[in-house]
Amino acid sequence: MYSQGLRDSKAGDESPELLEAFQKRIDAEEKIEPRDWMPQAYRKTLIRQISQHAHSEIVGQLPEANWVTRAPTLKRKLILLAKIQDEAGHGLYLYSAAETLGESRHQMYQDLLSGKAKYSSIFNYPTLNWADAGAVGWLVDGAAIMNQVALCRTSYGPYSRAMVRICKEESFHQRQGYDIMIKMANGTPEQKAMAQDALNRTWWPSLMMFGPSDKDSTHSNQSMKWKIKRFSNDDLRQKFIDATVPQAEYLGLTIPDKNLKYNKKTGHYDFSEIIWDELFDVIKGNGPCNQQRMDARNKAYDDGAWVREAAAAYAEKQQNNKEVA
Amino acid sequence: MSAVYNYVLNLGDNTLILGQRLSEWCGVGPFLEEDLALTNTSLDIIGQAKMLLEYAAKLKNDTQSADDLAFMRDQHQFKNVLLVEQPNGDYSQTMLRQYFMDVYHVHLYSALSNSSNQQLAGIAAKSLKEVTYHLERSQLWIKRMAHGSTESFNRLQTSLNKLWHYHHELFEETKELSQLVVQGIAANPKELHKKWDTEVKTLMATTPLEIPQTGWKATGGRIGHHSEYLGKMLCEMQFLQRAYPGCEW
Repeated sequence: MYSQGLRDSKAGDESPELLEAFQKRIDAEEKIEPRDWMPQAYRKTLIRQISQHAHSEIVGQLPEANWVTRAPTLKRKLILLAKIQDEAGHGLYLYSAAETLGESRHQMYQDLLSGKAKYSSIFNYPTLNWADAGAVGWLVDGAAIMNQVALCRTSYGPYSRAMVRICKEESFHQRQGYDIMIKMANGTPEQKAMAQDALNRTWWPSLMMFGPSDKDSTHSNQSMKWKIKRFSNDDLRQKFIDATVPQAEYLGLTIPDKNLKYNKKTGHYDFSEIIWDELFDVIKGNGPCNQQRMDARNKAYDDGAWVREAAAAYAEKQQNNKEVA
Repeated sequence: MSAVYNYVLNLGDNTLILGQRLSEWCGVGPFLEEDLALTNTSLDIIGQAKMLLEYAAKLKNDTQSADDLAFMRDQHQFKNVLLVEQPNGDYSQTMLRQYFMDVYHVHLYSALSNSSNQQLAGIAAKSLKEVTYHLERSQLWIKRMAHGSTESFNRLQTSLNKLWHYHHELFEETKELSQLVVQGIAANPKELHKKWDTEVKTLMATTPLEIPQTGWKATGGRIGHHSEYLGKMLCEMQFLQRAYPGCEW
């Protein structure tokens, strides 16, 4: 129903004049709004990107929720719950932002449940000890912020505005994660070992969150031209590494990369080649938790079916009663 | 002082265990808005537990903290009613348990807002705002399920048959509690019971739900006699503090 009234272009309507005018608006840093004309490919790219982002927030609740019932203090339990609630809230804004492009939330969600739509591969890794709750905030949210701060200036208005709010909350999440790491890294030998173990397991997958290397990134060029993306995958990844290495040093933890070294010439950290096969494999569905995450999402959806039906039936009865009255 | 301690601990444990149960729903609610609402309710209730247990720890007048009370006591030392430790079950069971507790909390905190104990009055006044909203929500879910579909009605009736026997325990009277009522510190359990009964039965009367007339009445939380569920909940909740005692987290 959302497609009605949208100024959709059919492939044939995308005259060079229209495309050029659109590009001019982009180049002039104007925001594109839902009712504006836009090329079909621009719309499609955004629906794919925003819905993937929304799915990531929703699936991303699961590895952290794994520790909610076992959080070690009341304060940590409250913070973790509040954080996961924020992530679910981000999912809501993002689904709403994607809906302005003409795709229904129901359809997007079905695509997630059927496995057709993707979500960030980072959430297909398990959270095995309490320090993972810290590492997720510190590294996963930290990497997400690098991407998302750039997206605050993305060319599509609703997405960019959603990002401004999301970024504020994400920086809080990152700080709370780092705060857990500080406590763990400065705690007993067992706690420090948990912190190092969490870093060892999370480091490489969090670098992969920036996506494939620029030379292999399928969607990058056009997205940069349309200013959906403002920085390349590799640039953002480097920025993240440069910011994170000193934080790990402060914690007294070792980043699991023997080749990690500050390069005075470039002013950046050099690092080992990422094992890309692992990323592509996890994206294909072969990560340690892909099946578990999708099972959890599908089970929640199936178990909730009667609840949604009851709510809909009640709303309909209320509406009918109103009409009769 | 120990009577006040027991009273506050009872209220604190009710909220802690209920909040812990609710937090099990985090990430797997029936739809996204409910996921948010459940987590929010859990947050409010664990927040109340934190305030109450901090106060209880202070009343003990030693070096104990709210975390010690939450994570280092065994099940026989917990004072919560058996209702809150019952498993989440399906959504009708979770929401009915919530509705029972919300009605109770609204009347409890309304009364305690006028407690002669300033600390309790302060906690109650803050919490009342939260539970008033919780009640609005759980009440609406009872209506939705009771009038929604045949399946939702049947599920809710089954949950009612199960949970009804647990509500009496919220209003148990003891000598110690009566004295606190006389002193204007605690809420009067008789009055709370009356208000709870009227409110719940009024709502039930607007639905085809049938309240079970006879049966067993749960009891024992106050003296540490719990259901088998609490021990397992504590194993999970207290795992880190028990496996690695004395750490800072």
